[in-house]
Amino acid sequence: MLDRPAVVEPLDDDKTPATFTGNRGLDQEEPLIFEIGRLDATGVDIDDPAPIATRLGALERNAPIGLPGLTEPETMRHYVRLSRKNYSIDAGLYPLGSCTMKHNPRSNEKIARYEGFADIHPLQPQSTAQGALELMQILADWLMTLTNMPAVAMSPKAGAHGELCGMMAIKSAIAARGESATRNVVLIPQSAHGTNPATAALLGFSVRVVPAAPDGTVRAQAVKDALAPDVAAIMLTNPNTCGLFEREIVEIADAMHEAGGYFYCDGANFNAIAGVARPGDFGIDAMHINLHKTFSTPHGGGGPGAGPVVLSERLAPFAPVPFIRRNGDALELVEDAEGTQSFGRLTAFHGQMGMFVRALAYMLAHGTDGLAQASKDAVLAANYVRASLRDVMTQPFGDRICMHEVLFDDAWLRGAGVTTLDFAKAMIDEGYHPMTIYFPLVVHGAMLIEPTESESKASLDLFIATLHDLARSAKAGEVARFTPAPRLAPRRRVDEALAARKPVLRWEEKAAAS
Amino acid sequence: MRYHPLSEADRSAMLATIGVPSMESLYADAPPETLLKAPLDLPKGKSELDVERFFARLAARNMPASRAPFFVGASAYKHHIPASVDHLIQRSEFLTSYTPYQPEISQGTLQYLFEFQTQVALLTGMEVANASMYDGSTATAEAVLMAHRVTKRRKALLSGGLHPHYAEVVRTISRLAEDEVETMAPDVRAAEDLIARIDDTLSCVVVQTPDVFGNLRDLTKIAEACHRNGALLVAVFTEAVSLGLLKSPGAMDADIVVGEGQSIGNSLNFGGPYVGLFATRHEFLRQMPGRLAGESVDADGRRSYVLTLSTREQHIRRDKATSNICTNSGLCALAFTIHLTLLGDAGLTRLARVNHANAVLLAQMLADVQNVDVLNEAFFNEFTLRVEGDAAALVERMAARGVLAGVPVSRLLPHAGLDDLLIVAATEVNTSEDRDAFVAALKESL
Repeated sequence: MLDRPAVVEPLDDDKTPATFTGNRGLDQEEPLIFEIGRLDATGVDIDDPAPIATRLGALERNAPIGLPGLTEPETMRHYVRLSRKNYSIDAGLYPLGSCTMKHNPRSNEKIARYEGFADIHPLQPQSTAQGALELMQILADWLMTLTNMPAVAMSPKAGAHGELCGMMAIKSAIAARGESATRNVVLIPQSAHGTNPATAALLGFSVRVVPAAPDGTVRAQAVKDALAPDVAAIMLTNPNTCGLFEREIVEIADAMHEAGGYFYCDGANFNAIAGVARPGDFGIDAMHINLHKTFSTPHGGGGPGAGPVVLSERLAPFAPVPFIRRNGDALELVEDAEGTQSFGRLTAFHGQMGMFVRALAYMLAHGTDGLAQASKDAVLAANYVRASLRDVMTQPFGDRICMHEVLFDDAWLRGAGVTTLDFAKAMIDEGYHPMTIYFPLVVHGAMLIEPTESESKASLDLFIATLHDLARSAKAGEVARFTPAPRLAPRRRVDEALAARKPVLRWEEKAAAS
Repeated sequence: MRYHPLSEADRSAMLATIGVPSMESLYADAPPETLLKAPLDLPKGKSELDVERFFARLAARNMPASRAPFFVGASAYKHHIPASVDHLIQRSEFLTSYTPYQPEISQGTLQYLFEFQTQVALLTGMEVANASMYDGSTATAEAVLMAHRVTKRRKALLSGGLHPHYAEVVRTISRLAEDEVETMAPDVRAAEDLIARIDDTLSCVVVQTPDVFGNLRDLTKIAEACHRNGALLVAVFTEAVSLGLLKSPGAMDADIVVGEGQSIGNSLNFGGPYVGLFATRHEFLRQMPGRLAGESVDADGRRSYVLTLSTREQHIRRDKATSNICTNSGLCALAFTIHLTLLGDAGLTRLARVNHANAVLLAQMLADVQNVDVLNEAFFNEFTLRVEGDAAALVERMAARGVLAGVPVSRLLPHAGLDDLLIVAATEVNTSEDRDAFVAALKESL
């Protein structure tokens, strides 16, 4: 069934029927709220305020804000129509490497909305929120057990915030050793996420790039060559952004520690090894865990995330406030950094509680076996895609076992007149979200595929067959299938250069008049 | 396992295609001594029913805002959220999509972000807004860092009315980024003389209104003093509903406006996830952190939206980026924008009036209680009480009587000697019965 011939023929745009509305059946156009709303319309009925003498001083607003309102049925229609212009994991395989688009269980959504979690205030008396503190403590225990690390900071609000937390702890530890003036360099491999150098730079570190070996991993020798008394830390992702396990990670950790530096592990790819191996056993000092990747909290179109950071014994004293402490039968939040070595506070409150509930629900549903199975299935799926496509696409570091994601380059497209971007956009016409493209930056025309453990074999097979067919087509020079793509999506290619050259970042009254 | 579609037969077939004998052999690159030989000592998997039971037990040990007369605020507020908001944000296409990097199949997210940016700009009275930040406190810290980039100076002055946790977030990152910060003493009555402290060494002055004690502050003269000295005024708010009734920070000439957007569309969630709002002048656009959605056209000339100006961001600029931030608070921003669309100008103004009226009524009742003083002159929906004795202990006694009365200042400022102060918030959810219960519990607990 999967061997069927390609049925795609170049669409003739002249044959696309024009419609009166501009809609194309279920693909409906939708104006901005500013074009359909009215200042006096509202979808919320509110009783008259009690008659009072206002106490606003001279600071009362005296002109309308200009916010359009919609009644409830109009609101539903607006946002439902918008939603239908989005791809989603619920609608299809979403192979974004480095992002982990796995299934988001709805039980987790239901539980996160229990009023005992969603409707409690971060500053209500702790005696009235013991269940919430216990939940955080249980999640912390799971994270520490899964990583074999003695401490965890729960408050970071996303992966990059977790990086900031970990690097702040490292900077504080170095200061406590009296070495602030001399240790100000962070080693970062070329293939690292952009957040790593951005975080290091934010804290005043300078970045020294560590080259990768021809096999796409970092050699301990390369780290040793870059080590000097000025090195504070290394930031290394494992499995790395090429989807490969850093084979010399233990030696790298040892080398860092011998030289008096710390090992920050970017835990973005923990989902490949959770329940299979523990980062603490590699010798790391800090690692953030993206709960929205490994533990399935929804990506939500770009957040909210959550990025708790596990810390080694050497860094634990510097963890941010607040943290939880047991006091007899009760749990209490330590919110005051004074008199401790804590580096301070990262955010107003205790972290992404709503995400904690979902992540812990995911963990409890899986259990210890299930988490390991999820990691292994993710790795299995990526290798299955690799093995099924290795004859038609090229891999930058040779054909070798990968972790949860498989990286191809564009060598196989050379001379075809089709770029990585064209190939990705043609996938959209086939009903797939493209893989991650042009990342990592070190690989030319990179295509990073992460199928996750959530796909059935039938789903993977159809995906593979589709990529086979697209690859055949590209190599055959059928550029008409690629360069105008996508043609079957809510939009054709969007002019990104125009958007950047003449930024229009909000609706303006005059736009409506023109 | 109900979330794993692969069967044992599938796994075997896939291993055969790959050409390896076992699942374990997929981890051949890992140092063998680091691979676990047995499952970790953690519980086995549970059914959906059992997972829900587990959490129901934990949830029952918390006292939810909807189950008590509730007056807790100080930067997170209990408001009623229309059911349609939560329904819409759970649409699969919003909930389970990624950052809109492929605009052709992400117009839904991109258009609501564009609408969100416009609403935030209107609400704050500013020219441009970004697609949201983690929360109000981190947005404040990012505003200070941005002011340093704009002015090429590295010293901030924080008002004593700024939420103490926000001030701590700014101080933490500033200390570790080796920037200077001066913090004014806690300013319970909005009496501090900030203008006298402004000079040409400052990159910015950070002022909150309504401030953490509930006072309204006129920013106009502070803005003037900042601008005379080449510094920026960063205006902070923690109660977005207040902007429905108050002059916007932009109208008072602020340069950067940041705030917490939780109170529109988002639940209390014990502190997160929330949504940080960030707006500024057009001239500072290229120094602004965070994601931006912009308008463009597609190949057919149809109006389209796309993430833009990403040359500011970490995935392009790496160590030269304006910020290390690589996400926004998408779904919370969606909840915010839907709720604000439902409200509209008329609804938000009315909601703000009800909040103010409920707070004024409560303040009047409390002013009549013996040994209790309301300290504020002008306020929106929150004010500070001076009580006899320790406010934290009072709050505990009132909680035992089923009333969640507010935030003791000592919880925010444990070393300030302000243990007799209590910050009380009132919103549209409070009824006259709630106010009566507050007064009764207070009298019994004093």
